[in-house]
Amino acid sequence: MAATEAKVDPMKQFLVEPLLGQDWNIAGYNIAFTNSALWMTITAVLLFVFMLGGMKRELVPGRWQMTVESFTGFIDDMLDANVGKEGRKYVPYIFSLFMFILFANLLGLMPFGIVGVHPFTFTSHFTVTGIFAIMSFAIVLIVGFWKHGLHFFSLFVPSGTPLPMVFVIAPIEFVSFLFRPFSLALRLFVAMMAGHILLKVLSGFVIDGWSAGAGYGVLVGVPSFILMIGISALEILVAGIQAYVFALLSSLYINDAEHLH
Amino acid sequence: MPQIDQMFEIWSSQLFWLLITFGFVFFVIGRGMVPKVMDTVGMRDKQIADDLAAAQAARDAADEAEEAWRQRENANREAAQEVVGKAKAKAQKSTETKLAKVQASIDTQMEEAEARIEASRAEAAAEIEAVATEAAQDIAQRLAGVKATKTAAKSAVKDVMNRG
Repeated sequence: MAATEAKVDPMKQFLVEPLLGQDWNIAGYNIAFTNSALWMTITAVLLFVFMLGGMKRELVPGRWQMTVESFTGFIDDMLDANVGKEGRKYVPYIFSLFMFILFANLLGLMPFGIVGVHPFTFTSHFTVTGIFAIMSFAIVLIVGFWKHGLHFFSLFVPSGTPLPMVFVIAPIEFVSFLFRPFSLALRLFVAMMAGHILLKVLSGFVIDGWSAGAGYGVLVGVPSFILMIGISALEILVAGIQAYVFALLSSLYINDAEHLH
Repeated sequence: MPQIDQMFEIWSSQLFWLLITFGFVFFVIGRGMVPKVMDTVGMRDKQIADDLAAAQAARDAADEAEEAWRQRENANREAAQEVVGKAKAKAQKSTETKLAKVQASIDTQMEEAEARIEASRAEAAAEIEAVATEAAQDIAQRLAGVKATKTAAKSAVKDVMNRG
């Protein structure tokens, strides 16, 4: 049976392969156009096309315009609820972040493999999610120090803390503050990677089960396939939730920078 | 795990292309398109709010007009009632005057009639006296053969009549 055993490597889907310009360099750093970069471009273009539907600017919106407006309204409401009226100026950034991650997550789940195109989920790479996290964190630091100067450090002392406790709580708050970009980046990366690995492993079960014979196929393959359907639905939910969580936490951190506590 | 194995060879490419694509998304979509979409929503909300305000104003105006009409109507009704009241009062007054006049004429007639009756009674009483005097003279002559004078008979009759 070894000859028919499927070669399903659950990690292969995360492999970054250069497509163009393996030797493109900027100051010694390689900037090859990889499959990851290709899907970033596809995501950006798709998002642009989606947004074009919202640019009709009709008084009575059609379905597409309505959809686009509900997304902008969703981010606007979120920032309004979490940051207040100062949150308006962050709508472009949070909206870009949310929609880019959402489209990337969903595109990575699309079953384009049927026609031979293998989607690459670049949000399952912490080199990507880390950059998002650093961007959000940098905004928090810049806004915080810009608005409050050194007073921004009072963020580490929650209001109402008794003086002796300040020396205990401030370091804890400081460490938890420093962990924010890591948790932000790791959460998205891990959630996306785990789901994709799970789907690949289960698909391996389906193939190997049927290769091992009809009995194994019914016993292992069919339940695995049913589980895959369920997990695919769950992954679509996770794709939305993780994009939302990233945007929500970014806006909460921005709120800290705007208002301290 | 390729994310870790390849990290050192791909991070620069990931950073570069992510900055380009996300930069495009942020500057073209986030800064360019999102404000326009939100403007459209804001304009629509404003239009709706304006329309609602206009409707409310029209409603208020209608309410005001109705109130004014009602007041006018009430005033008219009051005026009409006053006219009716006046007419009623006038009619009553004229009826009363007429009645008073009639009553007065009736009273005069009554008084006249009474006076006439009184006169008739006095006349009748005087006649009775005269008749009684004559009768007394006659009775006295026939029964006693006394020729009573008219004066004596008269005073006797008067005496009796007065005594009743």
